Amino acid sequence: MSFSIKDYYENISKGDILLAYKGSITSELINDVLEAVEKRLDDANELSKTRKKLYNVLVESLQNLYHHIEETHEGIEEELDPKFGVLIIERENGIFKVTTGNFINSTKIKFLKEKIDKINSLTKDELKDMYKFILNHQKLSAKGGGGLGLVDIARKTGNKLEYVFHNYNNNYYFFNLIIKI
Amino acid sequence: MESIFIEGTQKTPSVKFDCKTGIIEIKGRSIPENSIEFYKPLVDWLEEYAKKPVDKTQVNVQLEYFNTSSSKCILDVFKKLEVIHKAKHDVVINWYYEEDDEDMLEAGEDYESIIRVPFKMIEIVD
Repeated sequence: MSFSIKDYYENISKGDILLAYKGSITSELINDVLEAVEKRLDDANELSKTRKKLYNVLVESLQNLYHHIEETHEGIEEELDPKFGVLIIERENGIFKVTTGNFINSTKIKFLKEKIDKINSLTKDELKDMYKFILNHQKLSAKGGGGLGLVDIARKTGNKLEYVFHNYNNNYYFFNLIIKI
Repeated sequence: MESIFIEGTQKTPSVKFDCKTGIIEIKGRSIPENSIEFYKPLVDWLEEYAKKPVDKTQVNVQLEYFNTSSSKCILDVFKKLEVIHKAKHDVVINWYYEEDDEDMLEAGEDYESIIRVPFKMIEIVD
């Protein structure tokens, strides 16, 4: 059976979901998500360390979507908002799980996969060195992206980045990034 | 030249760049999607200030959160301060972090290892 957003979203999780969103990833949406999550975490009396890490992960993963997401999706039959993305925040056995999803052009997969595999292969100290190298040597893109988001997420969580590429059609995959905090 | 005072917002920090006292402060949250727009005027200001700095420039950075887009701009700010320090003017960067916020302490140490300006790591205890 082929991949469909509708089925995917309906079957996301049976766990304790703090927030689930599908639609346009805009600057306003990012504000709203951060505000809502911050409020829920305040109420939940969560450890300030965990709260900060989760907040940082959300900022980086949402802004990664914001910077890299495909503007339109030619050849995708389902009706999608422009800059379509998915965000799910859930909690399972005391661990927060942040999942983002977006369509990605097949041509970009190799680069992305290699980047994540590289990050996952590094030790804590090597990640620190990589972060500092990119910080000091790469210019920001015109949109303000720095190529540091995934490195920062891996560094702050101390966990490997999990990912899945769901084949959609010849041109597109649906990319899931799963981050545990 | 004129000093800069900017109020903080949900995504941008409050800023005080005072050319008379040499006190430079960045406080709050710095998580805009595109940080260049916000930081460019500050970096330009420092370039101007570097021509005639006061005897002692004191920099206070007290951030609760900052994103990776901002991290590069903050480095640009520090690089301007490095120029001032290199020209034999007194500069100190006070890097504040909340108790137990190891990530923020580590971020300060990252900058300290890149930038040749004296840093002071200051823990904020409740």
